[in-house]
Amino acid sequence: MGARPVEGLIVDHKSCGCRSSRLRIKWREPGLGADYLMHKVATSRVDWSALRADFPILRERVNGHPLIYFDNAATSQKPRAVLDVVRSYYEHENANVHRGLHALSARATEHYEKSRQRVADFIGAASADEIVFTRGTTESINLVAQAWGGKFLRAGDVILLTEMEHHSNLVPWQLLSERIGAQLRFVPVRDDGTLALEKLSSLLTPEVKMLAFTHVSNSLGTINPVVDLCQKARAVGAVTLVDAAQSIGHMPLNVQELGCDFLAFSGHKMCAPTGIGVLYGRSEIVESVPPWHGGGEMIVSVTLEKSSFKKPPHRFEAGTPNIAGAIGLAAAIDYIEGIGRAEIFQHDVDLAGYALKRMAELPGLRVLGPERDRGGVISFVMDAAHPHDLTTFADQYGLALRGGHHCNQPLMRRFGVPGTSRASFYFYNTREEIDRMIEILEKTARFFK
Amino acid sequence: MNPELGDLEELYQEVILDHSRRPRNFGELADAAVRVHGDNPACGDEIHLGVKFDGDGGLQEIKFTGHGCAISQASASLMTTKLKGKSRDEVEEMLRAFHDLVTTETNNDAPKKLGDLLVMRGVRKFPQRVKCAMLPWRAVGQALRQSEGEATVSTEEPEFA
Ligand SMILES: Cc1ncc(COP(=O)(O)O)c(C=O)c1O
Repeated sequence: MGARPVEGLIVDHKSCGCRSSRLRIKWREPGLGADYLMHKVATSRVDWSALRADFPILRERVNGHPLIYFDNAATSQKPRAVLDVVRSYYEHENANVHRGLHALSARATEHYEKSRQRVADFIGAASADEIVFTRGTTESINLVAQAWGGKFLRAGDVILLTEMEHHSNLVPWQLLSERIGAQLRFVPVRDDGTLALEKLSSLLTPEVKMLAFTHVSNSLGTINPVVDLCQKARAVGAVTLVDAAQSIGHMPLNVQELGCDFLAFSGHKMCAPTGIGVLYGRSEIVESVPPWHGGGEMIVSVTLEKSSFKKPPHRFEAGTPNIAGAIGLAAAIDYIEGIGRAEIFQHDVDLAGYALKRMAELPGLRVLGPERDRGGVISFVMDAAHPHDLTTFADQYGLALRGGHHCNQPLMRRFGVPGTSRASFYFYNTREEIDRMIEILEKTARFFK
Repeated sequence: MNPELGDLEELYQEVILDHSRRPRNFGELADAAVRVHGDNPACGDEIHLGVKFDGDGGLQEIKFTGHGCAISQASASLMTTKLKGKSRDEVEEMLRAFHDLVTTETNNDAPKKLGDLLVMRGVRKFPQRVKCAMLPWRAVGQALRQSEGEATVSTEEPEFA
């Protein structure tokens, strides 16, 4: 896929950086936030309802009703393929990594390091050495803020974030800036839930040393133009960090085409177990980052006075890592690639489009975020019922929504709501489930009216 | 009673919905001795409670403003109706009894003195909603503790004993 701008039209893949030749791509006016591209693929190839059988939990009944799981932005469910791999690891390979000279330790180490390579391939990293295993997005971002930020940022430097960041891409920077006297700046969010990119040129000044932003908003579903943002940040010499928590399992994504320096994500939102996540760090940058946590595994030699440290990624993995988690993550990647990330994205977009259309039929219901070109995350408020009451009510019908501020308190304030209800989809969700949600929302409105 | 609704109907009894739609004692208390702001950061609910004491430290006047879910609003409305004119000891006793009502299986004596507040017992089956019901009560507990001035309480702080 050509990744060069041609005659003023941006033809690279602005949001996902994928290079799959299967995709037919359309683009729109560059520079205004809507300049990312939509995949057009035939999703009919995938038997979506058959995939549901891979997820044992989808057979659960909740409060006497079949479970409708629409809280995927919080965490996804796990397919049997992942559960089996984790179990098999504990039954046949369990040992500590990088320590034992015995057979099991060798097996565990090999499987763990193979998983790292699997992650590298999945996100298009140049090398497995650029992949640090962490507990999740939050830990990945804290690592960058504390280890990279602690070394390279000074009083007066600016960290540029956006108003739509999850608390986990806000609080670590607040902690850092309080410690070293750096300043935080924010790209505002427009009323339609997109970033006010027209403000970028005045915000992205040479004092900006870090631009950290989310790929897909966990409240609004907005998809941000990553390629564009990273390019502009690089032009002023800023390092970039992309929070890919909401995009990683939902669309094709390639770090080299995105052009970011760091990228953080959690396994548990993409079919892997909880407690495992990734920090991608471009090798030129990550090599100069000092250790964060100290302990076993991350050292070369230790005396009572001082230690020398391994190269990345092991420099950043002190102590016994989450071996089963890493192996489970690799299995989740296999599973997701078996379906196809472009197909998953198209399915998300279809479901979101269908849900938005059906929700527009409900009087007194307002959806936050962009009207189109968004991921499968829909936040809404209903005149008749507070999000808390709505969520409790829906739960009695087996419908799992999330109600509250979604770790986006500043964004909720920006939109003048205390919180919202949120429905977020994944590939195992169906239009029938959305129809059922609409019925339940109608009941809710009648009940609280 | 609609059998399909079950626990929901017990949680959202008609009286509760009525109090949440038309809260009693809603408004600023101009000459309040204590103002307590109660926050539930988990959902953005807020209650601002104004209290005036009589000569013996009893609750002479109590009013609230704020916004939130049906449970927190109704709980505040019911609470103010119940507590107005009560002595300090009575309020403290009521606070404990109400806490028990929404968190534990009812014991046998608590219910009677709670009177109208018994409609809130459905909350017990919804542990995530206990914070909503307790928010105004936390605020009044704080008001008793300080007798004058302003304070803030949050549902994220440790529960009182
Ligand atoms: C956009 C975004 N960033 C960060 C996070 C934090 O992820 P985790 O809690 O797995 O560290 C989440 C999910 O909660 C998220 O949606």
